[in-house]
Formats: sequence, structure tokens, C-alpha cells
Amino acid sequence: MSSWLRVAAAVAGKDIVIEVRTKTAILSAVVFAALVLIVFNFARDASLVSTTELAPSVLWITFAFAGMITLNRGFNLEKENAALEGLLLAPVPRSAIYVGKLISNLAFVGMVEAVALPLFVLFFNVPVWGVLPGLLGLMVLATIGFVAVGTVFSAMTVRTRFSELMLPMLLLPFMVPPLIGAVQTTTRLLAGRPLSEMIGWLRILALYDVVFITLCVLIFPAVVDE
Amino acid sequence: MKPTISGSRGIIKWGLALTALGLAAMVIVYVLALVYTPFEVRQGAAQKIFYVHVPAAWSAMMAFTIVGLVSILYLWLRDERLDAFAASSAEVGLVFSVIMLTTGPIWGKPIWGTWWTWDARLTLTLILFLLFLGYMTLRSAIHDPAERARFSAVVGIMGMVLVPFIHLSVYLFRTLHPKPIVLKASAPSLPPVMLRTLLLGFLAASVLYLGFVVLRYGLARHAVAERDEEN
Repeated sequence: MSSWLRVAAAVAGKDIVIEVRTKTAILSAVVFAALVLIVFNFARDASLVSTTELAPSVLWITFAFAGMITLNRGFNLEKENAALEGLLLAPVPRSAIYVGKLISNLAFVGMVEAVALPLFVLFFNVPVWGVLPGLLGLMVLATIGFVAVGTVFSAMTVRTRFSELMLPMLLLPFMVPPLIGAVQTTTRLLAGRPLSEMIGWLRILALYDVVFITLCVLIFPAVVDE
Repeated sequence: MKPTISGSRGIIKWGLALTALGLAAMVIVYVLALVYTPFEVRQGAAQKIFYVHVPAAWSAMMAFTIVGLVSILYLWLRDERLDAFAASSAEVGLVFSVIMLTTGPIWGKPIWGTWWTWDARLTLTLILFLLFLGYMTLRSAIHDPAERARFSAVVGIMGMVLVPFIHLSVYLFRTLHPKPIVLKASAPSLPPVMLRTLLLGFLAASVLYLGFVVLRYGLARHAVAERDEEN
């Protein structure tokens, strides 16, 4: 078990080191997130639609799109010099490789969200300070689910033609439940509603995370099986 | 197992026969629906589309469920025939989805007053349709047959697990924002003539599903056999 965790940590660590040194994915995803937020500002009539009504959807659409851009990167990294084949030749469990990739993808998407959130607060003037712990918890809960699925899908789509288009096409249907849950909960959080009105959605989000992480760990070996 | 040309021709013949049977049953359903079933009091002629729409929806859902189940079997047994069958079922499911998604709005416009509404069931079927379009697109983007089979089996299984989650979330989403009027004909309260016609519709759509899938599967096997013969 401890060696399994070491493999996962090593895979995640290697990806994070590469990203920290090159900074290409994070930087472009952050710029992309900022641009989406700016475009959203012009996509509404400020005198008709109040910011607080629109804010939850703006926030989560931005996270979803930026997350998808970031996920495309995860296995693209392994294409150069047939690095994935090298990784698969190592006598380690495939599920540990998956979990390592999941951790590094979560770190990247998390970093992008961490930059996009303050920008969102700044641009849309939404008071989140009071609900920040709840909002951060929700971000973790909703992000884990779609990144878990996205990690498996990006391992497949990277080996197809038009991979940049293929990943969103496969992943967006899977983003529907986390996105609906996240937007609904954010709306209630910002309106200061009690926890009892959110607990149903939080349960669905948690269940989604548990079910899909388990399924992905089981199914990932079939993806990289040669 | 390697397919042979004569073997695949046999499958194609079975597929053609089943398809002919399904189409004949469908013609009977049409005649029954147009001539024998009474006009529904409130909906009038628009209700007749129900005899095509509901069976098509049934066949589409059956097709996608079978893709998920066969995909599990494929990852377990790694038999290329299972992959060909799953792909055939997905393709036929898309055909029935298109029938369902076009007949639905044609009925919805006069009855609901709108082509489309974000009702839970409508949303779920639309997302499923798009998911399986993605499944087919993924298949067409991979050259290696074994890789294509593995990848599409993964999507098929994940899709099957996704369905209850989408259902749950769109249902909650809708009930929290209720639509003012949702008119629904409930099946058990149907008069016997309507019920019989509908049941025959289910049978016709199921046979048609089977015929299409067997035919599509036979054609896929035939293509593989021909390619093998050339090499």
C-alpha cells in the first residue's frame, strides 16, 4: 500500500515539477479564465440582470471551461518522446498512475480556480468573504468529480485526432450533474440560505465523487492496457 | 473469432428479415393509430404521435443500456464481436433517439405550446443523445481496432453510470423551478384500444431495433471479413 501511494505521489510530483518549470498550461488557463470572465461582463445587460443573479453561473462556467483546457494538458505531456509507454513499462500498478495523474490534474485545476476566484470577486463585485469557507469546500467537492472523469477521458482523447474537441464533447455531459449542483449551492450560499437547503445537493456531489473515483480507478487500467 | 464472408452474409440475411418484420409491424401500428384508435378528448389528432414517440424512446433507452452492459462484457472477455455489437447498438440507439427527439417537439408545440421545455425527461434524453454522438465520434477518431474497442467500452460504461446522476440532478433542478403547466398522458389510464396499439408499437420498435442491430452487426463483420480476405 505504501509503495502504491509512493508511485502515485511520484507521478503527481513529476507532473507538478514539469508544470512549475514550464508554466505553459497554468498560465494559459489563467489568462483564458480571465478572458471568459471579461466576456461574460459584456454578455449581459447590467441594467436588466443583477450581478448576484448571474454570478453563480458565471463562476462555474468559467471554472468548467478553464478546467477543461487544463485537463487537455495532463496526458499531452506524456505524448512527447513516448513518455507514457515508458511510464507503463514501469512495474507499478496502473491505478497508482491514475491516482497520480488525478492529483496533479486537481492541483492544476485548483490553481486555476484559485486565481479565477479573486478575479471573479473583483470584476463582478460579489461579496464572498463571509461564505468563503463554504464556497472553497464546494469548489473542492464539485471539482474532484469532473476532474476524476476528465483524467480518464483525457488519457483516451490525447491519442485521437482532434483531441482538443473530443475531450469537451465527451466530458461536458459528465459535467452536467456537478455543474447543476455547484451552481444551485453557490446561489444559496451567496443568498445566505441555511445549510439544510444545500445538503441535498452536497450529498449528490459527494456521491458523484465517490462513485466516479471508484469507477475510474477500476477502469483506468483498460485505457492504458496495450 | 475471425469472421467469414459467408457467415456474415447469414447474419445480414437475418437482420434483413427481422427489419422487414419490424417495418411490417410498424405499418400495422400506423394503420391502427390513424384509423382504429379514437381521438383523445383534449389533445385531438396530436396525441396519435404517441404511438411512435413512446416506442422509439423505449428502443433508444434499451439500445443505450445494452451498449453499457455489452461494454462491461467486452472489457471482461475482450471479444471483438462484443465491441461490434455495442457499436451497432449505439448507432441504432442514435436513430431511435432522433425519432424520439423530433416527434416529441412536434407533439409539444400544439400541446405544451412550446417546442422544447427543460423538463427532466427531455433534458436527460437530450444529454444521452449527445453523449452517444460523442461515443460515435470517438470511435471514428481512432484507427487501431483494439484501442477503439477499449476506449468506447470505457465511455459506454461511464455513460451508463452517469444516467442516474443526470436524472437525479435535472429532476431536482426542475422541481425547484416548477413549470406552470406540464400536461402528461399517463399510460395505465389508457382505454384498451389505445393500450393495445401502444403495446404493438413497443413490439414493433423492439423488433425493429433488433433487426437494425443484427443488420448493422452483420455489415460490420462482413467488412472485417472482406478486409481479412484481401490481406
